[in-house]
Amino acid sequence: MKPKAFSVIGKPLPKIDALAKCVGDTRYADDIELPRMLYGKLLRSPYPHARIKAVRTERAARLDGVFAVLTGADLPEKFGIMPSSQDEEAMAVEKVRYAGDPVAAVAAVSESVAEEALRLIEVDYEPLKPILSIEQALTSNEESDRIHAWNRRANIHKAVSLEFGDVQGGFGEAEEIFEDTFFFQGNTHLPMEQYCAIGQYGPQDKLTLWSSTQTPHYLHRALAKVLKLPMARIRVIAAPVGGGFGGKSDPFSHEICAAKLSMVTGRPVKITLTREESFYVHRGRHPVKMWIKTGVKKDGTLQAMHFRSFLDGGGYSSYGLASVYYTGALQTVTYKLPAYKFEGVRVFTNKPPCGPKRGHGTPQPRYAVEIQLDKIAEKLGMDPIELRLKQLVEPDSITVNGLRISTCGLKECIEKAAARAEWKKKFRKLPYGRGIGFAASGYISGAGLPIYWNEMPHSGVQIRLDRGGGITVFCGSTDIGQGSDSILAYAVAEEFGVDLADIRVVTADTDLTPVDLGSYSSRVTVMTGNAAIQACRKLKEMLLPVASELLEVPLDDLEMAEGQVRSRSYPKRAISFADCVEKAEAKFGTLGVTGSYWPPKNPRGFKGAGVGPTPAYSYSASIVELSCDPETAEVKIVKVWIAHDCGRAFNPLLVEGQSEGSVYMALGEALMEEQVFRKNGLHKFPSILDYKSPTTLESPEVETILIETNDPEGPFGAKEAGQGFLLPVIPAVANALYDAIGVRIDEIPITPDKILRALEGRLKPVSVPSFDFPPPIKWQPGEGIEVPQKS
Amino acid sequence: MRKSRKDSKAKSEQNGLKKRLLRLKVNGELKEVATETSKTLLEVLREDLGLTGTKHGCEVGECGTCTVLIDNQPILSCLTLGVESEGAEIVTVEGLMKDGRPHPLQRAFADSGATQCGYCIPGIILTAKALLDENPRPSRDEIREALAGNLCRCTGYVKILDAVEQVVRGEVA
Repeated sequence: MKPKAFSVIGKPLPKIDALAKCVGDTRYADDIELPRMLYGKLLRSPYPHARIKAVRTERAARLDGVFAVLTGADLPEKFGIMPSSQDEEAMAVEKVRYAGDPVAAVAAVSESVAEEALRLIEVDYEPLKPILSIEQALTSNEESDRIHAWNRRANIHKAVSLEFGDVQGGFGEAEEIFEDTFFFQGNTHLPMEQYCAIGQYGPQDKLTLWSSTQTPHYLHRALAKVLKLPMARIRVIAAPVGGGFGGKSDPFSHEICAAKLSMVTGRPVKITLTREESFYVHRGRHPVKMWIKTGVKKDGTLQAMHFRSFLDGGGYSSYGLASVYYTGALQTVTYKLPAYKFEGVRVFTNKPPCGPKRGHGTPQPRYAVEIQLDKIAEKLGMDPIELRLKQLVEPDSITVNGLRISTCGLKECIEKAAARAEWKKKFRKLPYGRGIGFAASGYISGAGLPIYWNEMPHSGVQIRLDRGGGITVFCGSTDIGQGSDSILAYAVAEEFGVDLADIRVVTADTDLTPVDLGSYSSRVTVMTGNAAIQACRKLKEMLLPVASELLEVPLDDLEMAEGQVRSRSYPKRAISFADCVEKAEAKFGTLGVTGSYWPPKNPRGFKGAGVGPTPAYSYSASIVELSCDPETAEVKIVKVWIAHDCGRAFNPLLVEGQSEGSVYMALGEALMEEQVFRKNGLHKFPSILDYKSPTTLESPEVETILIETNDPEGPFGAKEAGQGFLLPVIPAVANALYDAIGVRIDEIPITPDKILRALEGRLKPVSVPSFDFPPPIKWQPGEGIEVPQKS
Repeated sequence: MRKSRKDSKAKSEQNGLKKRLLRLKVNGELKEVATETSKTLLEVLREDLGLTGTKHGCEVGECGTCTVLIDNQPILSCLTLGVESEGAEIVTVEGLMKDGRPHPLQRAFADSGATQCGYCIPGIILTAKALLDENPRPSRDEIREALAGNLCRCTGYVKILDAVEQVVRGEVA
């Protein structure tokens, strides 16, 4: 039974929680106040790299109003988001690895008393030489320079090498070879909400933790490991998240400490980080140096690409194993590339750890690839759009590195964006100081593999039907503002043909909701949407036969619409949804079902193959028009056009919102945002005023063009619509700047000082370290590939 | 590292400063609350009066998130002391609802996708209200100018400007 047309999907409806947010009703983590609550604070290292010789807490513990003081020795179990790189401690035990690394924690009657107590804690540090650059990390071979003792070779976290197809042959066939270097500076998420967690232990030896987290399930696992409590005795609730962008996806010290402090004191403990601490907690965009060599025919056809990335990871692993692979994974999903070699290395440095930020590991290489293509087109005398259009990947194809492309609307994205922006009229034709640039990209709709190896579903949804027709949807997914709660409601309202107001959504509570892996990798709509649809269809198997019998209408003539179950042919033969639920409950008993979603099996078998596969790739094309004053080098973005293949827009209003937010975030990264550190390891400007980000005055008009390809793997055809938009905008800015004033800036952010140096011919090319990568894992296209069918 | 928002309170406790009875007019109601004189208006609103609709993003006057209205002017409640606010008309996001009905700005922000995570929205709506009270027909650029001190990381501001314009055009009841 399929509805003729959608009643909810595709409509620009408000989010189900939007009004509550606008009237001040939404309770974020720091809005929670519990009786007898204590307030926690973390003591953080002022040194970027030091051995801890002693921590003396007696004076702090004696202060009036202090209830507990913890040090690293109280929570020695290591943790980390990736199972194979558990290298974090709730508080540092032997060493601190970045300025800001927590060393002790206090719970007291107020934040002010807790801070006073921190001042009474004495820590003896033995400062070590800080490792602050990629080059230094690669060559720091002294034992004392090792940030992590387990490192066998300098401060190399992970070095990888993969080779697909005949790379040597490809370069041999090439008629022109291009080599370029790029640097993408790190930047941070800067969600407006600071981090906050509240632990409450007891009275039945059970722990509840509320947190501003994107990944309550992974946090649940980390808490159990570090606190040595069974998961069954821990409840994690993700409060509505006041912005995440990837920054709230790791388990964090303050979460574990809030829990432990509550266990020790028997009282609820809240820890809210200051804005300054949030800059140090970080987990943001990796600074990446890149080298890229591409061979082409004279007509622009790509023959082979060799790509190297050097990631500055900061003090801990975080998602770094995935990050390094992501810098090499998606170069192949936009244009046909017959041979591809990727070498990447992530190093440890004594800076706040880097992790996933919108686009996770893919904006940096996309920036490099799209600028280089612009250069190639220029050299070959081709229009950069024509160069790309002649070699787009085909739908239902397999890339050279074994990624399965299902639908691909990139051609339509490019053509529509070019038409709306009047590309042909403007490119290389605008007056000096004004320019237009283009870039395209692809992104995953959810990681094909979970963070920890298991065969369980990635997303679970439970639906309970109440007498009277009320529907409650339970899911572990976490609404971080993107609208994932609303997506569940839309999917269920569409399936049942009921009013959205009759649906309640309960999410992100490990006691109440089935596991969903979290709000990362643009996975939520595709995975929770499919699980919700499956649950609805199981309920229909009970509801529809009941209605069929009662109405004497054959099953295949029944439809659910406008709050009724009715005959398609004779719509007057109908019963209300509520009546149908009651009749079904009388027949089958209490009505509750679950739905689950597993992504298609990963078709590749080599080490590192887990990064890149996804149920479906989204595609984006962006055109940026800007002006640049050659005297002051001030850049003004005139307009951004962005076309995005989202499969199907569940709600175009929300998809546009994700587009506009991504464009904004991309422009911040392209032009001003940077997470940079002094020689003593301190952040240069850990404040919102000095960490420049775009305001209303710097944020341009954005024209979003939605392309719908109706992907068979997506719920109602939907693909990713949260991160992919960001990718092409950054290189499009760089390409537009070249069109405007004729200089290439191969470094992000593109600041006026770099532009002026470039105009004066003084901007040096980015230097890339020399490094012996491991011998590549070679994999030939087609090995072990089966095109999975939709389950 | 910078001291956090409660640091002023630490001093008051160390110096043995007593609490004082503050009389504040918030959202049209007279509220009496005994609290430290060193508390910011942000802290008094959130901690003493339970008005958690007012959010904080930096607590040092940089992000605009904690904006409330004092005598119809948008001010940063993290840089204003509670004691300074006596005798003034204070309006928070909770005070914009009238008889259970949201203010047109609240309705417009909700319906037009201007709120994503929603954390900055109370401050933005109040800043927009102050603008519209003074200038009922601002241009898009005037709205941009008025909201330039309120940061939002989710929306790119496009739908925020759209929502204010909808209210300007009288499209929202």
